Amino acid sequence: MNWVNAVIQGLMLGGLFALFACGLSLLFGVLGIINLAHGDLAVLGAYVAVALLPSVHSNALWALLFVPPMFAVFGYGAQRTLLQRSMQSGPLTTLLVTFGLSVVLQNALQEGFSADSHSLSVGSLVTKAFHPASSISISYLRLGILAAAVIILVAVQLFLAGTSTGRQIRALSDDVEAASIVGINTRHVAGVAAAIAFATVAIAGLADGMYAQFAPTSGSQLLLFGFEAVIIGGLGSLWGTLLGGCVLGLAQTIGAQADPTIGVLVAHLVFLAILAVRPSGLMPATVEA
Amino acid sequence: MSEVLLDAQDLTVRHGQLVALHEVGLQVSAGEVFAVVGANGAGKSTLLRTLAGLHHTQGRIRFAGEDITRESAHARVRRGIAMVPEGRRLFRSLTLEENIRIGQVNAREGSWDVAACYDLFGWMHARRDERVSHLSGGEQQQVAIARALVANPRLLLLDEVSLGLAPVIVQQIYRVLPTLLAQGISILLVEQDVSQALRVANRFQCLLEGHTTLAGTPEQHTVQDVEAAYFGFTAEDAS
Repeated sequence: MNWVNAVIQGLMLGGLFALFACGLSLLFGVLGIINLAHGDLAVLGAYVAVALLPSVHSNALWALLFVPPMFAVFGYGAQRTLLQRSMQSGPLTTLLVTFGLSVVLQNALQEGFSADSHSLSVGSLVTKAFHPASSISISYLRLGILAAAVIILVAVQLFLAGTSTGRQIRALSDDVEAASIVGINTRHVAGVAAAIAFATVAIAGLADGMYAQFAPTSGSQLLLFGFEAVIIGGLGSLWGTLLGGCVLGLAQTIGAQADPTIGVLVAHLVFLAILAVRPSGLMPATVEA
Repeated sequence: MSEVLLDAQDLTVRHGQLVALHEVGLQVSAGEVFAVVGANGAGKSTLLRTLAGLHHTQGRIRFAGEDITRESAHARVRRGIAMVPEGRRLFRSLTLEENIRIGQVNAREGSWDVAACYDLFGWMHARRDERVSHLSGGEQQQVAIARALVANPRLLLLDEVSLGLAPVIVQQIYRVLPTLLAQGISILLVEQDVSQALRVANRFQCLLEGHTTLAGTPEQHTVQDVEAAYFGFTAEDAS
């Protein structure tokens, strides 16, 4: 029964990874940006909540009301200024710019909040769980994070498939120049895509802060898991991102069930194995000639 | 004389060190088909892309009396310039109908909508939910034309619409032009196929290595004149 519990815990952990990877996948899929600051942006989201919540004992769930919208505005602005300019100079420049942003964010957070770890309080929710069987424990918080990941990915998918702006984003991801020829304001639409990506990374950062402790340098580890989830699932595929997150979460918890010291290692090995066998990922975005 | 719809003067476009267009000018009047002909690398597509807003240029472009030289491509669509680019450039992740609808995002008021395009190209409605990658080259070209039409353009830029298509398909596509003209759409087309272009054009201009080498109406010039301008011979060489 412990193995069943490990699978359930893995799926829930996968939800958190998928949440991280969602914005990463969107930015890469639509704008071709490999955002090396993604993990640090998630951490920044958690620190914004720390800074703006009235007290350290305030329930961090309230932060979901204001941090993601703030990040959406931040994302739109960053795309229209910093990222747009760097994209015009080529993908290497974008990579360097996001790397620079990562360094700046880490140092600024250390300066502002010290190197100490923090966490976001969600009151008693952090310990509440239900037990469908004696050895199975399902945390409400972790289940909520998995549900949030699924809801966000479904919502983003529906938005892309069913709205005019979503179609414009998809067109932009296919061919930027053709998009401008047909009348799309490509910079604005790219800004909207970045706004969505930044909002989701803020939610991921808040979720992580409720789930575990975080420090100014935690972003690198988060970025690694986000990248692995995106690559396992298939670049640019949102459903693949969810699958990739779950595979990664399962590998980690099942590995830890076998030996608690090797959980993370197993996750990385599974990532490498999938990369070797299916370099395009398990559910690559459909590309037809 | 008809109203001058598009007036481009002294257009010079550089790709790095290469001068792709050198002080090229042209005027397109309302209700006419204007053809730009020339061999590969003559600067035809660069000219069309510049008019669509994809290249920065020296010189001046006026459309319907307004200076649009510095306007973005999407702003020009709103003014009434729509382009069917070389190679179709359809959005492969979108269905046929989504590809057409995307042309409406910055459209002018007008009679062209998705239904009107389905009337013009009868086969489309039944296949509206298919991915465009499943369509033949000719069908894709018609989707690209429909995508431009739903913007309700006053001027339609057609870049090498015959490229890579069977002659019978090219004829089908060119057969649509009179319908568009009848609806008040002027057409500026770029073609390597000179005879095809001169059959439909009211006026034409020949480019060679970024320079204008000949301009006028098809009736004004002999085939030898055009061939000479096209390849850079003198008329005596050509004969």
